[in-house]
Amino acid sequence: MNQQLSQTVKPTFMQRFKKNYIGWIFILLSVVGISLFYFYPMVQAFILSLQSGMGANLDFVGFDNYVRLFNDPTFITALTNTILYLLIQVPVMIVLALIFSVLLNDPTLKFRGFFRTAIFLPAVTSLVAYAVIFKYLFGNDGIVNDLLISLNLMSEPIAWLSDPFWAKITIIIAITWRWTGYNMIFYLSALQNVDKSMYEAARIDGASALQQFFFITIPLLKPIILFTSIVSTIGTLQLFDEVMNITSGGPGNATMTISMYIYNLSFEYTPDFGYAATVSYVILIIVVVLSFIQFKLAGDRD
Amino acid sequence: MKKFKRVFIYLFLSTAAIVSIFPFLWMLVSMTNKSVDVTAGRLIPGTHLIENFRNLLEQTQIGLAIWNSLVIAVITTFLTLLIGSLAGYGFEIYRSKMKDVVFNILILSMMIPFAAIMIPLYRLFGQISNDAPLIGLDTLAAAFLPTIITAFFIFFFRQNTKMFARELVEAGRIDGLSELGIFFRIYLPTMKTTYAAAAIIAFMNSWNNYLWPLVVLQSPEKQTIPLLISNLGAGYTPDYGVIMLAIVIATLPTAIVFFLMQRHFVAGMMGSVKG
Repeated sequence: MNQQLSQTVKPTFMQRFKKNYIGWIFILLSVVGISLFYFYPMVQAFILSLQSGMGANLDFVGFDNYVRLFNDPTFITALTNTILYLLIQVPVMIVLALIFSVLLNDPTLKFRGFFRTAIFLPAVTSLVAYAVIFKYLFGNDGIVNDLLISLNLMSEPIAWLSDPFWAKITIIIAITWRWTGYNMIFYLSALQNVDKSMYEAARIDGASALQQFFFITIPLLKPIILFTSIVSTIGTLQLFDEVMNITSGGPGNATMTISMYIYNLSFEYTPDFGYAATVSYVILIIVVVLSFIQFKLAGDRD
Repeated sequence: MKKFKRVFIYLFLSTAAIVSIFPFLWMLVSMTNKSVDVTAGRLIPGTHLIENFRNLLEQTQIGLAIWNSLVIAVITTFLTLLIGSLAGYGFEIYRSKMKDVVFNILILSMMIPFAAIMIPLYRLFGQISNDAPLIGLDTLAAAFLPTIITAFFIFFFRQNTKMFARELVEAGRIDGLSELGIFFRIYLPTMKTTYAAAAIIAFMNSWNNYLWPLVVLQSPEKQTIPLLISNLGAGYTPDYGVIMLAIVIATLPTAIVFFLMQRHFVAGMMGSVKG
C-alpha cells in the first residue's frame, strides 16, 4: 500500500515514459488525420492562392490574386451578401430562440411538449431537402403567395425567388426556420438548471417579467448564448446548401455566398483553382477574426 | 390583463408551431398528389402515392442512392466514434503539457471552413486516383475519408471523459488489463450515452452531407440521397409529387432515429458545452 502510494506520487522515469507513449498511441490517428485532411490542404490552398491559370496549368503570380479580389464585383457581392445574412439572420434567430425557450420554460403553460417538439422539428431535416421544399413554397405561384393573397395581406404575388431583395429575405427566412428550434433546445436545457428561487426573489423585489429576462435569464445563459452564436456565425459564413438549392445564387448574383462563389470558380466556370483558393482564404480569415473577437468578448466579461 | 397576456402567448406559440410544421404537412400531403394538383395548391391527401412511388423508382436510382448514403454514413459513424473517442480519452487520461499543446492545435482545425480546403482535397484525391483507384475521385471512400477525423468529436469526447471516473482506470490496471483493454472493456461500456449522442450527430452529418459528395462523386451510380434530391429539385419540369416522396424517404430515417434518441443527444451536447 505504502509502495503504491509513493508510486502514484512520484512515478519513475520508465513509468512516465510508458504512460506518455501509450497516450500518444491513442491520439496518433487523429493527429495524422487532421494534419492530412485539414492542415496540409490549408498549406496547399495558400500555395495555390499564389498561382493562376486554367485547370491544371498553373503559374506563380505572387499576390496578384489577392489584388484581383478588390476589383472583382462578384466577390464583393458574395462577401456583402454573406455578411448581410450573418448580421441579420444570427441575431434574429437567437432572440427568437431565447423568447421561445423562456416561454416554454414556464411550467404552468399547457401543451409545452407539443410546442417544443413542433418548433424543434425543422432541425431534423437535411439542408438540401428543406431547401428544395422552400424553393417550391416560395415560388411565384407557390403556397406562400397563395396564402398571403387569400388572407388579403397583399394583392400581387411577391417575386420571392426572382427579386434581388426578396430572394435574400427568402434565404434568411429559410435558415431561421431550420435552426431556431435547434438553438432553443440548448437554451431550454440551460434554463432547467437555473435556480428557481432567483426568480422568486426578483418577483418579491418587484421586478417585471421583462426585467427578469434581461437581468437574470440573459446573464445566466451567456456562456451558452456565446457558444451558439459562434457556431451559427461559422455556419452562416459557410452557407452553401440552401443558396445552391433555393436560388442557385440568383437572380444575377443577388444571393451568392462566398462558399458558393468558391464552388463556382472551381467547378462551374472555367476552373481557376488558384483564384478560388484565394477567395477561400478570405473566408478563413473572417472566421478566425470573428471567433477570436467572440472568445475575447466572453473572456473579458467572465 | 393577465388573461390577455396568456392568450397572446398561446397565439404566438401556436403561430410558431404552425409555421414549423406546415412544410412537413405539405410534403406529406404532396407526396400523395399529382404534380398538377400540388402546383394548384391542393392541401388534402390524394390517391397518387403508389403512382408517384412507381415513377420515383423508374425515373431515379433512389434505391442505389439510399444504399450509397447508408454505406457512407455507417462507416463514417463507426470510424468517427472509434478514432474520436480514442483521441478524446487519450488527451484526457494521459494528460501532459505536450499533449495539451497538440490538442489546442488540433482544435484550431475546427475553425477551418470546409470551402477553404475543398479544392486542395479535390486535387489530392485526383492525384491518388491513378495509384489508388479504390479511394480516388468518384469513390464512396473518397466521400467519407476526409470527414471521419474531426476536431469536434475529439473535443466532444474529451469533454465527456471529464465525467468518467478515473478510479476505474486504476482499477483496470490493478486487474491486469492492458491500457487498450481498459479503454475497450471499461470506458466504452460506461460511456454509452456519450457514444449514442456522438453517433446521432455523426450519422446525421454524414447522411445530410452535400458539398463534399457533390464535388467528389461524379457518376450517377455513386449519387447519395442529398445529391439525388438536389438534382430532382433543379430539373426544369419537376414532378412535385415524386420529389416530395423522395424527400420524405430521405428525411424519415433521421427524424425517427433523432426522436428515439433525443434525450441522449441533448445530454451529450450539453456535456460538451459545459466542460
